[in-house]
Amino acid sequence: MFEGYSLAELGSIFAMQGFAGLILFSVFVLMALGLAIIFGQMGVINMAHGEFMILGAYVTYLCSNFISSTVPALFPAYFFIAMILAFFASGALGMLVEWGMIRFLYRRPLDTLLATWGLSLILQQVFRSVFGAREVGVVLPDWLMGSVAVTDTIEVPINGLFVMGLTMAITVVIYAVMFRSRWGQGVRAVMQNRTMAGAVGINTEKVDRYTFGLGCGIAGVAGSAFTMVGSTGPTSGQLYIVDTFLVVVFGGAQSLIGTIASAFTISQAQSTMEFFLSGSTAKVLTLLTVVVILMLRPQGLFVLKVRR
Amino acid sequence: MTRNPQNGLLGRIDGDVAGILLLAALLVIVLPLGLDIFRLNMVGKYLTYAFVALGLVLCWGSAGILSLGQGIFFGIGGYCMAMFLKLEASSPEATKIQSTPGIPDFMDWNQLTALPWFWEPFHSLTFSIVAVVAVPALLAFIVGLAMFKRRVGGVYFAIITQAFAAILTILIVGQQGYTGGINGITDLRTLKGWDIRTDEAKLVLYFVNAALLIGCILLCLYVRRSKLGRILVALRDKEDRVRFSGYDVANFKIFVFCFAAALSAVGGAMFTLQVGFMSPSFVGIVPSIEMVIYCAVGGRLSLLGAVYGTLLVNWAKTMLSESFPELWLFAMGTLFIGVVMVFPNGLAGLYQQYIAPRLRRPIVGRAKMPAAAAPIIPPHTAAD
Repeated sequence: MFEGYSLAELGSIFAMQGFAGLILFSVFVLMALGLAIIFGQMGVINMAHGEFMILGAYVTYLCSNFISSTVPALFPAYFFIAMILAFFASGALGMLVEWGMIRFLYRRPLDTLLATWGLSLILQQVFRSVFGAREVGVVLPDWLMGSVAVTDTIEVPINGLFVMGLTMAITVVIYAVMFRSRWGQGVRAVMQNRTMAGAVGINTEKVDRYTFGLGCGIAGVAGSAFTMVGSTGPTSGQLYIVDTFLVVVFGGAQSLIGTIASAFTISQAQSTMEFFLSGSTAKVLTLLTVVVILMLRPQGLFVLKVRR
Repeated sequence: MTRNPQNGLLGRIDGDVAGILLLAALLVIVLPLGLDIFRLNMVGKYLTYAFVALGLVLCWGSAGILSLGQGIFFGIGGYCMAMFLKLEASSPEATKIQSTPGIPDFMDWNQLTALPWFWEPFHSLTFSIVAVVAVPALLAFIVGLAMFKRRVGGVYFAIITQAFAAILTILIVGQQGYTGGINGITDLRTLKGWDIRTDEAKLVLYFVNAALLIGCILLCLYVRRSKLGRILVALRDKEDRVRFSGYDVANFKIFVFCFAAALSAVGGAMFTLQVGFMSPSFVGIVPSIEMVIYCAVGGRLSLLGAVYGTLLVNWAKTMLSESFPELWLFAMGTLFIGVVMVFPNGLAGLYQQYIAPRLRRPIVGRAKMPAAAAPIIPPHTAAD
């Protein structure tokens, strides 16, 4: 598959595809971080996670339209406002869903899966009724347009760079919240041993609700970032949900580092192969490899050692 | 041992057999008399999904293994049948305008000049029928062996089977030349020279399908009544205890997964025959999880419930998408949430809770009297 390319060309191809893979990686990481918190920490399968992401994307879209028509002066910075709004919109919906549905189903993970799938169908139809079936895109502010030429053959788009930077920042924030704050300590305590955590005075129901909300809120931010690199339709979320679940499971469900490592591996493998093979073959090969590895090593790449 | 054979076992056999007879009467007498051939063919199509739902009752209801990839097996079964029918429809005479006569039309459009090797055996009907059951069962065996032997179950199993459904769809869509791509295998005409597109053929196929379904229900009933069936329930409820009792839990799980796969595949093959095509839209994530809801609506623990659930959901889907297409997803979503949160045992659960006690009262009242008069010989303990 490498015939006909000179070494320098191959280098550029790998660099460009590697960068395309990094954008995919960013979307994966942002989706998967929220899912890793919900699935890895709480053991809840949220099939509607993609729709929470799309909600964030639509909030960003509305926000960009609103700001460009009312206060154009703010337009260069609209993205940051939109991101915060997306976080709170998705997070609030997540908390509502937890309160109305998920909290009754903690002992029945398979049923949660079906119920959240139902939720995702409803949300998809809501999006379709409100925003129409066609995909929408946002107008990027000027400073996000264009690309940086690294060498003569390698060009890097700025919006991609921005999304990557954003991903890194969000990852750091989540790490700090989960592993360095007292609240995160409470979350981890509840997930490791619910009864004991309750016994030492942690309000486990409240922790559950906020954890679920946080996971969904991050999905909203992911959606916000997603508008920078792609257009949004009512069913866009569903395209990513299987991949994201595989990312989380492959990384080892309880390890955030594992999630990031597996998102990196999967996205890089996919986008590098995409250049040489057709897109569908690349995807099949990637997913198949992941599934086979998971069969051989069901606990995933990184395992959190917990005494049970 | 059943403590109270007169009421327990006998009553149960009567109930199940009566229920199956009732279903058989509905399928073979009432529906063919009451519906025109177009609607009957549609019911036949719904009934092919009931095979999948039956498999899920055993796999998910009895054994607690939720597979989100039953569409894979439905699809493979359907594709095996479709490949045979397509080859018959692509005889050199019928396809002489192609640049390579004798191969299916979509291969010709994709510049293939020879039949791929894995299509060759599908010239034989016997091979195709064996493949309908054997290929999905083998695939399920491999997946099951890899997963259950490593004690992967529950949610992980569901996610991985779902990933397989996604992989297979992408593969079928991507490999157009070999599989017909997104359109699937279409334009199927005859089965050994017998035109399957006529109304008479559709009627015959409907009856074949109904008979097969009743046969499969009896088979499932047999499995559930056997010792194996009870072990499945035991491992669903307390897997570790079954393991400590000396059973190899994985083997039982593999068996029931393969069995469910084979049932789904029979449904898929009947689907192809009755509807006349097979496409990746019956393989992927969405159809696979919809098949789970058919089973859940009917009642995940009830074989007959699964059949009625399948019919009901599909009927509602057709009605709603004909008149209010935008409402269908809302209805479907609500169904998913409602069936999980409000009535987890589905229609069968509602029936047992509200209707069955009213029906049973007069019957049991009569049955109890002779039982009280002659309590000495419990007639059915030998069968237990």
